[in-house]
Amino acid sequence: MSTFNFPESIRSRPVYGTLQAQVGKSHLMIADAHGAEAVLEMAAKEPAMMAQSHIIYIPKGMQFGLQIQALKPAQYYEGPSYAAAVSRIKRVLSDAAMGLQIYLSGTEGLIGQAQYEVMQAGFDYTAIQTEHRGSVARRMQCVHCKGITEDVMIDPFQCSHCGLNLFVRDHYSRRLAAFQGVCIDAEEPGNVPPSVELYS
Amino acid sequence: MNVPAPNSTAPKLTGAEKIDVTITAIVPLNDLVTRFEFKRSDGSLFPTFSGGAHTVVEMQDGDRKRLNPYSLMSDPANRETFAISVRRDDEGRGGSLFMHNKVKIGDPMVISYPVNLFSLDLRARKHLFIAGGIGITPFLAQIKQLVRTNGNWELHYSCRNASLGSYVDELTQKYPHSVHIHYDDEKDFIDLENLLHGQPIGTHLYVCGPKGMIEWVRSTAGAAGWPTAHIHYEEFLAPKPGKPFAVRLAKSGVTVKVGAHESLLEAIERLGVEAPYLCRGGACGQCETDVIESDGAFMHRDHWLEDEEKALGVKIMPCVSRFEGKTLVLDR
Ligand code: FES
Repeated sequence: MSTFNFPESIRSRPVYGTLQAQVGKSHLMIADAHGAEAVLEMAAKEPAMMAQSHIIYIPKGMQFGLQIQALKPAQYYEGPSYAAAVSRIKRVLSDAAMGLQIYLSGTEGLIGQAQYEVMQAGFDYTAIQTEHRGSVARRMQCVHCKGITEDVMIDPFQCSHCGLNLFVRDHYSRRLAAFQGVCIDAEEPGNVPPSVELYS
Repeated sequence: MNVPAPNSTAPKLTGAEKIDVTITAIVPLNDLVTRFEFKRSDGSLFPTFSGGAHTVVEMQDGDRKRLNPYSLMSDPANRETFAISVRRDDEGRGGSLFMHNKVKIGDPMVISYPVNLFSLDLRARKHLFIAGGIGITPFLAQIKQLVRTNGNWELHYSCRNASLGSYVDELTQKYPHSVHIHYDDEKDFIDLENLLHGQPIGTHLYVCGPKGMIEWVRSTAGAAGWPTAHIHYEEFLAPKPGKPFAVRLAKSGVTVKVGAHESLLEAIERLGVEAPYLCRGGACGQCETDVIESDGAFMHRDHWLEDEEKALGVKIMPCVSRFEGKTLVLDR
């Protein structure tokens, strides 16, 4: 099962919904890994939307590409990584017109970074449909060295840039599309609890 | 909100802070609309404001006091002069007639600090303005603000006919490429669906005008897939007359009879009971008042309360809403 119920947390922590087809002139879906399932489920309910849909998919090792193509979207692009897909995303957004509906699904890293690009295009983030699917790994910024690490799965986490031991907070930045990691042993260097997997 | 400005001699009221002003110019624009310009009576500068802000003008008409909101249409960067443009409404409750017929150059008046319930969303890539008639006024200030900051904007302005097109000449001369005028009597209407179609992503839509126009623009944009966060509108409701009714103000321990031509808020103020307000037009939420007891029907007219709240009858916006029935007790 690719869905996960995040426990309630502070206001800063993003919350996700369930993708639902919106009335609009065209549709842009950006998904990674298991996020494809959310797109497939929405399309099953509203197959007509596919004729005006542009789907950008980053498989991350998953095998949903053929199923998505079988939906016959107006345009389909598959990218090997988010970094490879982002220039395409920027291009699509810069050419887009109002009436476009935007759907993001998959990991928090994908949703957050794509949402950032959408916001840069001047589109209100509250109008974006999002659905979390798959890994609960986080994109995290070390607040000390500002280095960003993708797919953080454990807490505490040793910063992959500066080596500090970081407490992975629920405090989230939309501008950075990242959770904040804060030094956990500043008062007592070396006093670091054993790492556990997130949400274990 | 209810701290009086330290240099104001205005009576203490519970809206935004007050400013004593003097009328310095009265400029008729056409048969219906006149511009009024104010300077501060003490010679100091006005506060800055952002385009879309309004001021509440106090009008002492004999022993009757009216407080009406008007959009500031002067340049937000001009701190020496504030200006409003008032459309004469012969059928209205008399505020605009008072301004048109009784106010003279040199008269002292009291206005409120600017309050903005219709501000630009500065994250927008483009601002698309739709104005109907006197609804042009907030856009005049917003356009001046955007011209100064190099903003991307476009105005579609619908007027009854050329002789009633306030500020049309000024706008078309200064901004021939950004301003589009439509005259009803030439059967030239805004082609809204086509206008909305193809607007670049990041466009925000603003509408100010008659109620029907606001509803038309909001519903057309919604049907075209524009998110509500990108659709902005301002409609000040004028309180409507109705049957007189009695209200008991529980905290103050008084009962007041609301006259046919005054609003509930005005009746409360007439007794000297302090009641909060900002817009006096059902838009800002400031006057929200709890209902302690009621037996009768509410005439909710505001844009503030949710439909469910209105149905429950536990809250009322006294600036525009009324009541008909046996008993009404408010927490005031
Ligand atoms: S004073 Fe603004 S809603 Fe009543």
